[in-house]
Amino acid sequence: MIKKRIIPCLDVKDGRVVKGVNFVGLRDVGNPVELAKRYNAENADELVFLDISKTQEGHDLMLDVIRETAKELFIPLTIGGGIKSVGDIRQLLNAGADKVSINSAAIKAPGLIREASDIFGSQCICVAIDVKYDDAREDYYVHTHGGSKATDIKAFEWVEQAADLGAGELLITSMDHDGVKEGFDIKFLKKAVGLVDIPIIASGGAGNIGHFVELFKETGISAGLAASIFHNQEVGINDLKETLKEEEIEVRLS
Amino acid sequence: MIGIVDYSLGNIQNIKNALEKLGEEYILSGNKKDLMACDTVILPGVGHFGEAMKTIEALGIKQDLIELAETKRMVGICLGMQLLFEHSTEGDADGLGLIRGAVERIDTGYPVPHLGWNTLESEYESLDQKDVYFIHSFMVTGSPSIIATAEYGSDIPAVAQYGNVTGIQFHPEKSGAAGLEILETAIKGGF
Repeated sequence: MIKKRIIPCLDVKDGRVVKGVNFVGLRDVGNPVELAKRYNAENADELVFLDISKTQEGHDLMLDVIRETAKELFIPLTIGGGIKSVGDIRQLLNAGADKVSINSAAIKAPGLIREASDIFGSQCICVAIDVKYDDAREDYYVHTHGGSKATDIKAFEWVEQAADLGAGELLITSMDHDGVKEGFDIKFLKKAVGLVDIPIIASGGAGNIGHFVELFKETGISAGLAASIFHNQEVGINDLKETLKEEEIEVRLS
Repeated sequence: MIGIVDYSLGNIQNIKNALEKLGEEYILSGNKKDLMACDTVILPGVGHFGEAMKTIEALGIKQDLIELAETKRMVGICLGMQLLFEHSTEGDADGLGLIRGAVERIDTGYPVPHLGWNTLESEYESLDQKDVYFIHSFMVTGSPSIIATAEYGSDIPAVAQYGNVTGIQFHPEKSGAAGLEILETAIKGGF
């Protein structure tokens, strides 16, 4: 059977890793290639680079980062952040990305999902969805632009629509849980899994190994993503996978 | 020397990276003469079966590939593996017909694409129980030449081998150290 995946996410700005990186024993902690090699060796199942550059120069540096990383990283690499067009996607895939993750642009122009999956295959088109519970409207809504802009789009409806449009995978970030380290949003994720038949990567809320056990035991989620707890080595990926295996959750150990 | 068939489809950068990591020399070419000078020919590919065959036919290299497979070691990866077979329902197109079997959409009751790490089951020790990375929506059916499968609602063909032709459904270049070993075995003589 297919294994549950553990995915570290690195924020890359102008070619450098930023935010919460505190790796011991690395000569250059901001170097995405060094970190990628480290995660490759630690048995991460996949890597996500989120490009938070705001300039064209930053994007060009990102392409260099992908090219350099792909030479040493023999696991799948997903690139997200600022992708607006089929041209952007082609550039990233040609540089060595295996998948791209589209967020705000897919909300603005949902046709991009269909167009991209027709051209490149749905398997390399991941739609990232940032969701937040709205107390006043008593439902989950989609946010865009790194979570900073609220929309009137109901999260569950967008989950279904993105899948219908040809997304090969969804990356769902629960904003209410992100950074809090009190566990994934099991309630939302459980319902989302039931709505679509494509794999879902869960993000937001992981603080310890138990949270991943809970995620995989309580939901049909395919993968768990986290950033700082892996970068800061609060949770070691090998330790995490050993525990998951003991809990009879299928993971890749080597 | 390894020849990667260049037919302008899909991302071959990661296959090149893997060959470099393995210390193999390679060329990228769509020209039969160049490929005839190689010991092993890799047929890569990502995307749509029907479109891929159209491209191969438009370049006029279909017959060349069939003839290369008579004397060279040939390795098809992902869509390149599927192209080795007789026919696919994706685009209702004929393949190279180098291995018996057809290609159909995965229909095992599980989510499609079959995406992620799965374990190989095989009588070959070099393949059995290896975790490798799959990402595909179509699968080989009715082939007598399958030497490794992965369980996903049914046994999904993962490696096919007939004579000196080997097909690998998963991405060995994205399957960590285990994948690189499998790729090396495939290009150096098969399983």
